[in-house]
Amino acid sequence: MSHHDLLCDPHVHLSRRTLLGAGAGGAMLSTIAHQLAWADAVGATESSRPKNVILLWLEGGPSQLETFDPHPGSAIGGEVKAIPTSVPGLQIADTLPRVAEKMHLGSLIRSVTSKEGDHQRAIYNIKSGYRPDPTLVHPSIGSILCHEFPEQLDIPRHISILPQNAPARGGYLGPVYDAFKIGDPQNPVPDLKSPIAADRFDRRMKDLQWLEDRFRRQRLRDLDQNRTLHQSSTDAALRMMSSEQVSAFDVSSESKQTLERFGQTPFGRGCLAATRLIGAGVRCVEVTLGGWDSHITNHSLQSARCEILDAALAALLDRLVEQDLLETTLVVCGGEFGRTPQINPAEGRDHWPHGFSTFLAGCGIRKGGLYGATAADPKLDPDKPLADVASPITIGDLHATILSTLGVPYHEERQTPIGRPLKISEGEPVGAVLA
Amino acid sequence: MKQFFVSVAKWSWFGLLMLIAFGYMASGLSDPSDDRRGEVEAASDVRLDGSPPSVVRESTDLEPTDVELALRETSGQAESIDRVVAAVNAARNEQLAAFGLQSAPPADWMASCRRLSLALIGSGVSLQEIRGLENLPVDRRESTHLSNLLRDPRFHDYWAERWTRFIVGADEGPFIVYRRRRFRHWLSDELAANRPYDQIVGDLITAEGLWTDRPEVNFLTVTFDSNDGNPDPIRLAARTSRAFLGLRIDCLQCHNDFLGNVNLGDPVETREGRQQDFHQLAAFYSSAKTNGLQGVRTGEADYEYQYLDASETVEVAPAVPYAAELLPEEGDARSRLATWVTHRDNRQFSRAAVARFWALMFGRSATEAVDNLPLDEPLPPMLEPIVDDFVQHRDVRRTIRIIAQCDAFRVDSRATFDVTPQHEERYAVFPLTRLRAEQVAGSIVQASKIKAINRDSSLLVQLIRYGSINDFLERFGDLGENEFSKDGITIPQRLLMINGNMLREAGQPNPILNATGHINLFARDDAQAIETIYLCLLNRYPSTDERDYFINKMAERSDRAEALEDLYWTLANSTEFTWNH
Repeated sequence: MSHHDLLCDPHVHLSRRTLLGAGAGGAMLSTIAHQLAWADAVGATESSRPKNVILLWLEGGPSQLETFDPHPGSAIGGEVKAIPTSVPGLQIADTLPRVAEKMHLGSLIRSVTSKEGDHQRAIYNIKSGYRPDPTLVHPSIGSILCHEFPEQLDIPRHISILPQNAPARGGYLGPVYDAFKIGDPQNPVPDLKSPIAADRFDRRMKDLQWLEDRFRRQRLRDLDQNRTLHQSSTDAALRMMSSEQVSAFDVSSESKQTLERFGQTPFGRGCLAATRLIGAGVRCVEVTLGGWDSHITNHSLQSARCEILDAALAALLDRLVEQDLLETTLVVCGGEFGRTPQINPAEGRDHWPHGFSTFLAGCGIRKGGLYGATAADPKLDPDKPLADVASPITIGDLHATILSTLGVPYHEERQTPIGRPLKISEGEPVGAVLA
Repeated sequence: MKQFFVSVAKWSWFGLLMLIAFGYMASGLSDPSDDRRGEVEAASDVRLDGSPPSVVRESTDLEPTDVELALRETSGQAESIDRVVAAVNAARNEQLAAFGLQSAPPADWMASCRRLSLALIGSGVSLQEIRGLENLPVDRRESTHLSNLLRDPRFHDYWAERWTRFIVGADEGPFIVYRRRRFRHWLSDELAANRPYDQIVGDLITAEGLWTDRPEVNFLTVTFDSNDGNPDPIRLAARTSRAFLGLRIDCLQCHNDFLGNVNLGDPVETREGRQQDFHQLAAFYSSAKTNGLQGVRTGEADYEYQYLDASETVEVAPAVPYAAELLPEEGDARSRLATWVTHRDNRQFSRAAVARFWALMFGRSATEAVDNLPLDEPLPPMLEPIVDDFVQHRDVRRTIRIIAQCDAFRVDSRATFDVTPQHEERYAVFPLTRLRAEQVAGSIVQASKIKAINRDSSLLVQLIRYGSINDFLERFGDLGENEFSKDGITIPQRLLMINGNMLREAGQPNPILNATGHINLFARDDAQAIETIYLCLLNRYPSTDERDYFINKMAERSDRAEALEDLYWTLANSTEFTWNH
């Protein structure tokens, strides 16, 4: 074994300075990136209002070439075309025409890199900022945010809409920080409504209370607070069942026009619900759109997914602006990795963690920014995968960027249950995309 | 004619290629003559006197069978177990005296049997089992229940799943090359045959062949995704040290220990852990090579690594992090490692195993973490006699019997004195432990049936159980490898218990599928109906005031079936049901 990929080997994990150095070598392929890196418009964040995040996870590995980083006309470009956006000089794929009109609201990073090319491990990596580690489970972004800024709300403050294989987890912070999972918002929130009549439900609860009082006798003092949390969790569950805040989950009260703006899809409704939930005080909502794993017929698969994403993302940004929430709400849109520049014999693209795109908007993110670039004519040297990427950033850096905009002290250490202090994020924020 | 010879030559060439391909593939398959699984009875085949082991038989059948008695006599187990149990109890008493703690009285047999069922099969005791045990003298009920469970396929399957979690993890792992279910079935078979633990671990470390043909190979293939389709020495070293040795040396992967957390070297006079310790251990696994369709084969250990602050990569020879004198000099790298890990004088191996089994029985670790047993720190005194015994016998069932019979396991969870956390910590009372998600789900499903749900249950019942538990786990959440988390219940979990489908469907008074329906039809009066539902869910009889309270409640209701459904819901939502006590 000559050079093994490790969890935290400083010789293998290049520092950001090193990465930037490597990227400088490929500066010629990133003229546009450097031109646009310092965009003119600057966002501003109000420090007094709580900060929130909406994470649009494109699970399966969206193709950067068919979304935010097209190279039309090149050997790797495929069938995609590029279209201008609301940011002068910036073009994205023609699969996202409505999003193109909103690019001025945020910054696009085209140079995210990771060391994980397997879905499961890469999803863990992108959601937690750390590579899988057998010793502990790292918390996801929403869990960290809720842990760092505790507050009282009737409904969960961390919600996962349409979770697929890996809903956000509290990890070493505890399951209390796990995301509350719901499906398509047009359906009722699971387990929230009692299936029986109110008087019968009340009788049940009364009987339960009577039993619980008896169970506590001759046991640990303050059993509920010191150990089981049974009563307090029951009270909180009942509070949630009767809370008016629950209506934030329900998109049926929205006008038909609004629903259509988001696209009449589960993901679109998820994005609409996300805006409602953030408005109700929820700190983190992740909405998942799967189906991006296009090993065959890449273009048609990616185009179909983009149609859903395009309407939902554009409408989400519009809505947040309309409701004056974008200044305090970070929107992150990306997948666990990108797809290969080469098109395989089945007209598909395979997994590619060496340079893919993530779009960030709101909450202190520079408006109209662009950072990093990938080569239109990559050398594809397996020993130097980053040679084709200008200004590469790591998943750790991406996380530090996200957490810093949310006001989380990303560089601080937290004690883990295994007695090992661990930094909230192991990366450094990308200053160029911060306002 | 020429065409004929060309055709013959082509077909001969094709045949030769096929023969070579077949030979290549066949050489990777296991040799039937040395297939150890041939010696192992399949879990489903393990039956004593021809009856389903999980089904409680008539009272006379509950006597230890001839086969069992013969086994006991042959090994002289019972007598020597008593000595170990006495030593464990003496250690507990000394500890309680030293801390000035009073012990709670022993729990009744029903509470003990519930603990056994939760620990060994992941659900409560069925009404059928309770009724069967009640036909025995009181002093034989616990031991009989334990014997029944140990030869029950439900135990083999449940512990196989729990072991799978700590051996290969809870994730789905790499596609195609990793077959988690196959691995779990293999473990179930090994448990059914009561194969010595050291032999099972040895098989894992030295596994060779295809992951489908030799299920133990999945211990290696689960790491393929992080090492380009080869066994990953880094992950395997971390897993070996944590799972089999109870040592967390993961930090040493990147740097020397500077926090004083990892002490290695001589177990008596330890030294600070070094980065070399980790990578020298990993080097053993570099001898495991993927060889195409032959699966994993053994080659030369050829591990290289660039240490922190070093300027270049160096070759790393396999070496062990402590007790090097136990490492054989001859043999291939993984065989040497397996011999060292499981060596009788490598006490850390037995410490880790006993700590693990203790935690599985109690639902919580006896130490701060079950996989963090520093070499230079003693185990709680109660565990030491069990470790001594395990060093000799390596017998999983025997260890379970010892733990199950000791006072710490059989003591009541409540007491007339003021119970403090220290009482629980020192096992003066049985420590309250939250049930794992699958234990809650398993108990709900079992409580909805009169008979024990096992492999002999109808296909429909088994399907309902499988589907219900999977749905429940998806909503409730799975702790994954975090086996012994001390977290309380979350709000979504409470909502699931209060309003969820599984509990609603399990409690419905359906006379064909559910216990509540049976009870409603056949209970002669409300008192008997209440008593039976208590037995199904809480595995105990209601106290007098509980019975009176619910009789009065039922008298107020016009629909007895609905009232029973509500009682089922109430009991299932209680702390008593969702916690081990």
